Amino acid sequence: MTDEQIREVVLTILRRIAPESDPAALGPDDNIRRTLDIDSFDALNFFIRLDEELGVSVPEADYGRLHTLAEIVRYLAARVQ
Amino acid sequence: MHWAPIEKQPQSWAVRPNLLDYAVTCADFSWDDVRREFAGLPGGRGFNIAHEAVDRHAAGPRRDHLALRWLGSDDTVRDFTYGELKSQTSRCANLLTGLGLGKGDTVAVLADRIPELYIAALGTLKNTSVFCPLFSAFGPEPVCQRLRRGDARVLVTTERQYRHKVAPFRATLPRLQHILLVDAPDHGSDGLLSWSRLMAEAADSFVIPPTDPEDVAVLHFTSGTTGMPKGALHVHQAALIHYITGRYVLDFHPDDVFWCTADPGWVTGTSYGIIAPLLHGITNLVDEADFDATRWCRILETQRVSVWYTAPTAIRRFMRLGVEPVRSYDLSRLRVIHSVGEPLNPEAVVWGEKALGLPIHDNWWQTETGGIMIANFPALEIRPGSMGRPLPGIQAAIVRRTGPDSVELIADPEAHGDLALRPGWPSMFRGYLHDEERYRACFVGGWYLTGDLARRDGDGYFWFVGRADDIIKTSGHMVGPFEVESTLMEHPAVVEAGVIGKPDPLIGELVKAFVTIKPGIEASDELRLELIGFARKRLGAAVAPKEIEFQANLPKNKAGKIMRRLLKARELGLPEGDLSTLEKSE
Repeated sequence: MTDEQIREVVLTILRRIAPESDPAALGPDDNIRRTLDIDSFDALNFFIRLDEELGVSVPEADYGRLHTLAEIVRYLAARVQ
Repeated sequence: MHWAPIEKQPQSWAVRPNLLDYAVTCADFSWDDVRREFAGLPGGRGFNIAHEAVDRHAAGPRRDHLALRWLGSDDTVRDFTYGELKSQTSRCANLLTGLGLGKGDTVAVLADRIPELYIAALGTLKNTSVFCPLFSAFGPEPVCQRLRRGDARVLVTTERQYRHKVAPFRATLPRLQHILLVDAPDHGSDGLLSWSRLMAEAADSFVIPPTDPEDVAVLHFTSGTTGMPKGALHVHQAALIHYITGRYVLDFHPDDVFWCTADPGWVTGTSYGIIAPLLHGITNLVDEADFDATRWCRILETQRVSVWYTAPTAIRRFMRLGVEPVRSYDLSRLRVIHSVGEPLNPEAVVWGEKALGLPIHDNWWQTETGGIMIANFPALEIRPGSMGRPLPGIQAAIVRRTGPDSVELIADPEAHGDLALRPGWPSMFRGYLHDEERYRACFVGGWYLTGDLARRDGDGYFWFVGRADDIIKTSGHMVGPFEVESTLMEHPAVVEAGVIGKPDPLIGELVKAFVTIKPGIEASDELRLELIGFARKRLGAAVAPKEIEFQANLPKNKAGKIMRRLLKARELGLPEGDLSTLEKSE
């Protein structure tokens, strides 16, 4: 999977969680939770859906270092099959 | 499943707990004795929370003790000693006086956990004005509703919060005169003022005006089941409860570092995230960042936290980390852990022992009670799953209504009933702002009815059973179904909506809406997302529904009222109960 494809999966999931916003306008280094008003329950669901879509299980311990699109895409790219 | 009680051996502990003998402490307890521990304002000018929490310590041996340590999301640290906190809060009080604010005027604060929030809270109390915290994850609708209903004259906030949630609705807030922007370097038009400029210009000493212990200090909004949010009013002498629970429940000692993870937008974050630790002159830790299990472990270790007050949602997230990763941190300074917000499941209580080396103490209280009422105490046996026993000085009971003005006490240890408290404790709410009738309705037959259902076992431990009404408890926060339903019904496609709390293993309940849409409109996935977005935009992530289900008809009673109880029973696959009032057309 290319970074661009991973990014598209991430944005699709975010659109379902925060449908009022436009995740495509996110800058690579914007804090996603702050920018899109994602609470901790939404954040958890985001990671669960990522697992469903990409088969990458993100452990709770790593949630805290995945704040931006760039961080998430880099993390997933290293793990996705 | 039966959970064995967790016994304690306090005799062997290095730090002697403040409450060792529950029966003796209760028998000897009097509120007058607690009152006598405070000298009050100099010259007999009364009792003010900010004096007791800040100025009193700044004038004594604790002047240079660390009062507030703030950890920024970006790992910056800002420290305030009691002396510095006195200067800062005095500047804030002078600033408010300069804007013409005085006794009883409402100052609302809408901000994340930033230092200015804490300074504004205490400065407002110094000025004998009323501090009204607004949760920063609220959307424009709940924010403006509370500003309006709370008669706020000043709002302390950030540029981003203001532009997004308040500016578009300024015309509907005629009483709101000044907006203090903490991140604006200069004043603007339309009543927009730079907090930092005004703070720099204000004098750093302030004489607290005479304060009656019964003067209103804090206005906390809480959700109702039928109408709009209720503004619970608390007075200065509520601090007696914060102080005494700091001693007996949280077990504060002079060298403690205390971390209450609650946001001051909710009552726990004010009573215990600001007031209680400062009353005891100890160090209060504040973390700006959102929940992050790894970060929290690191904070507990590096900040040498000794007393930790957190919430079931956070503890259950911790449990996802696993025991071993948590055990890899040096938490040897941690002495007591407490939890509040919703009942803590026994598994979580016991998990604390395995992973953190300490059991977790659940306690119970609510916005209206102002402080902890029922608790598991550090030196006493814990019954996992129980909320514990009443605080000394608090009389709690299980009652059943027998008429419009009467209740009877229930003695049977297995019987469920309404959890009730005998009125008169210092932090009892003194009213719902502009709603005297709703306030009076809470008191029946000489008891305050809490709205929670519970039972009391043969040894006096209380056990939570459920809510007596439809209020939703999500991530430890109360959400009123009516607010959510009203917002959904503003959408042109929606005919009606019924909102319930759907049980969730991590956050207690999640907000779920059942929606009937207009004929001819398709119940599509796009519409579902549009409705979720519509609600999030207005209510914010903390209140908006997480799930929406379309239904052709919602169950209603003969008066046309949606039966949320039935929606919930069906959602859970439970017996539907008494259907005699159900309208047959459904």
